[in-house]
Amino acid sequence: MFKTIKSKTLFQKSLTIFLLAMTAVMFSSAAMSVQSLRGDRPLDSKSNKVSKHKVNTEEGGYDRNYKLQPPLIPHKIEKYRITLKGNGCLKCHSKKSHKKEKAPMVGKSHFIGRDGKETKTISKRRYFCNQCHAPQTKDSPLVENVYEGI
Amino acid sequence: MGLFSKEGTFKVLFFGFVMGVIFWGGFNTVLEMTNKEAFCISCHEMEDNVYQEYTDTIHYSNRTGVRATCPDCHVPKEWIHKIIRKIQASNELYHKLMGTIDTREKFESHRLELAKHEWARMESVNSRECRNCHDFESMDFDKQESRSSDRHEEAIDNGWSCIQCHKGIAHHLPEGYDPSDDSPSASEDEEKDE
Repeated sequence: MFKTIKSKTLFQKSLTIFLLAMTAVMFSSAAMSVQSLRGDRPLDSKSNKVSKHKVNTEEGGYDRNYKLQPPLIPHKIEKYRITLKGNGCLKCHSKKSHKKEKAPMVGKSHFIGRDGKETKTISKRRYFCNQCHAPQTKDSPLVENVYEGI
Repeated sequence: MGLFSKEGTFKVLFFGFVMGVIFWGGFNTVLEMTNKEAFCISCHEMEDNVYQEYTDTIHYSNRTGVRATCPDCHVPKEWIHKIIRKIQASNELYHKLMGTIDTREKFESHRLELAKHEWARMESVNSRECRNCHDFESMDFDKQESRSSDRHEEAIDNGWSCIQCHKGIAHHLPEGYDPSDDSPSASEDEEKDE
């Protein structure tokens, strides 16, 4: 009787140790596999620095790469707001002011409404300049590009 | 020992002097308190509208860490001009009490009028508050983009004021204002065309 009890406790002991070890392994492996988008960096440490993208300013503007390409913007644009109330780009690029500011005027195609009729002011569907026109940064392309333009 | 005795005169003069110092000092202290940004944005009309817009601009945050606060642009530095502006500002207290612009909608409907007042004030003093920091004398035109330096040289030759071109740089432009109509030489060009 005494012997059996002793062996039982031994068995129980080893079982508990085994189970504990298993759970520990499971938890640790679970902790290893879960990783946030930020990596396994602790929350209170700083994230990697985001590389700066300096906007390129090009005297005289960029050439087009193909016919009907929306011209690229050769200057910084963060100061110019485009809202329903006003369009900062038109300060220099409008019909009225482009000569004085020596800036290219908004293309004539932008003064034609949906119905094909000419509009007095810039057509509403052409109002948000940066839907098509974009400034350029000084970065080199991420992927090699052999496009030569038309 | 009457009021007109020698000692009495001295006492009156001394009392007057001390009270003068206290009142003058107190007056200027209060005046300076009303000349701080914290005072300006203690009204929600300022904090919720124009202040929020300003925090996005270069006058609030920039590479070198120099900041222009509300009074730097909107209150003259020189004492006499400051007092005149402060007296005019009592009208703003009246409108605060009346709640003229106490909602976003009311503010937006008055924005053009309010902006025009401030533009007119700045232009009438030749953008004096801008020129407390910005000076043509210390501008390096070689470091500016060609477009900017061309226009600045034009401005010097024609005596244009900063605010004539640089509207809406610290706050959003109001609805109904067309900057392309307002370029200082635009009117001359139109005359030539006609």
